[in-house]
Amino acid sequence: MTAILEAISIWSIPVLVACVSLYAIIKKVPVYSVFTEGAKDGFSTAVMIIPYLTAMLCGIGMFRASGCMDFVTDLLSPITGLIGCPGEVIPMMIMRSFSGGAAEGLMVDLLDQFGTQSQIGRIVSVGLGSTETTFYIVAVYFGSVGVSKTRHSIAAGLLGDLASFLAAVIIVNLMWF
Amino acid sequence: MMNYIWVGLVVIAVVVGGFTGNINAVLDNIFSFADVAVEIALGLIGIMAFFCGLMNVMDKAGLCEKLGKAISPVMRKLFPEVPADHPANSAMALYFAANILGIGNAATPFGLKAMQELQTLNPTKDIATNAQCMLMAISTTSITLIPVTAIGLRSAVQVEGAAEIIAPVIIATTISTIVGIVCTLIFQNFKGWKWENVIAAEIAAGTLEINEHYVGDNPIVLPEGYKSKNADDKVYL
Repeated sequence: MTAILEAISIWSIPVLVACVSLYAIIKKVPVYSVFTEGAKDGFSTAVMIIPYLTAMLCGIGMFRASGCMDFVTDLLSPITGLIGCPGEVIPMMIMRSFSGGAAEGLMVDLLDQFGTQSQIGRIVSVGLGSTETTFYIVAVYFGSVGVSKTRHSIAAGLLGDLASFLAAVIIVNLMWF
Repeated sequence: MMNYIWVGLVVIAVVVGGFTGNINAVLDNIFSFADVAVEIALGLIGIMAFFCGLMNVMDKAGLCEKLGKAISPVMRKLFPEVPADHPANSAMALYFAANILGIGNAATPFGLKAMQELQTLNPTKDIATNAQCMLMAISTTSITLIPVTAIGLRSAVQVEGAAEIIAPVIIATTISTIVGIVCTLIFQNFKGWKWENVIAAEIAAGTLEINEHYVGDNPIVLPEGYKSKNADDKVYL
C-alpha cells in the first residue's frame, strides 16, 4: 500500500507536467512563453509571504526559546498520544483554521526542527496541504456579497478541518510509522 | 484576532523567559528566526515560479473549462436549488476545477464570481443560503491534487522527499471534503440553522432584509405591514 501511495506521490507531478505540456502544444498554446509569463507570479507570491513568515516565525521562535512551547506540548502529548500523534503538531493544527500564514510559520519551524521526513514533519505537511483556512475563506467569500449570517458554514468547515487532521495522523502513521 | 495571538506569543515569551532564565535564547531566536523566514521564502521562489508557470499553461490550454464540464453532473446533486441554466453553475465548475488543479491565484476570482452568482438566488440580503453554505463547505475543506504551498515549503527546507506527501494529501483532503459536505447536509436541517426557521426568526425579530436583486422564482413573502428595523434606522439617520 505504502509503495503504491509513494509511487503516486513520485509520479503525479512529472506526469502532470508532461501531459499538460503535450496537451497545450496540441491545442496550439505557446507553452514556453505562457509558462514563463505565469512563473513571474511565483516570485511575487514567495516574496509576498516574507513579512508574514518573519512576524510569525520570530514570535514562535521567542515563544519556544522561553520554554513555553515545551510546556504546551508536554501538556497536550498525553491526550494526542491516544491517537498516535505527537503533541508538537497541535498548535499548528489549531492555527490552520484561523491563519494560513501563522500555520505555515509553525510548520516551517517544525520542519526545521525535526526534519521534513520525520513523523511530525509529515503529519504537519499533510495537515497543512489537505485543508484551507476556514475563517479566512468564509470571511472573504461571504464578505464579498454582504452575507453576515453564515448559519452552519463555520461549524461544517471546522469539522472538516478536524477530519483532515485526524486523517493526516492516521495516514502518515499507517504509511511510514 | 492575529493581533492578540502575536502579542500574546511575544509577551508571554519575554515574561516566562525572564523567569526561567532563558531570555538570552529568546533574544537569539528573534535574529535567527528572522533569517530563517527569509531563507525559506527565497527557497520557495523557484518552486512557486515553476508551479505558477505550469498552472498558467493549464489555464491557457483550457483544462479548467474541460474539468469544469466533467464535474458538472456531481454539482447538480450538491446544489439542487440552483437551476440548471443559471450562470452560477459554470462559475462554480470553473472554481472547483481551478482548485483541483491547484491554481490557487486563479481560483479566487472564480470563487468570488460563483458566490456573487449564488447571491442572485438568495432571497435575503445577508443570510447564507444552503447553496452558499455548500460552496463554502467545499472551499474550506479544500479539493486539491497538488498541495503546492506545502510542497514548496518542504522543498525550501529539504528537497529530498518534498513531494512524498501528495498521495496522503489527496486521501486526507477527500476525507475532509466528504466530512464537510455531509456535515453541511445534516446541519442545514438542524432547528437553529434550518433556512425556514432562520427566516421566520428574522421576520419575528424584524431584522430580515430582502435582496432587491433576487432573480429566483421563490421570493420571500413578507407579512403585511412588515418593516425592517435596519431600514427604519436608515430613515432616521
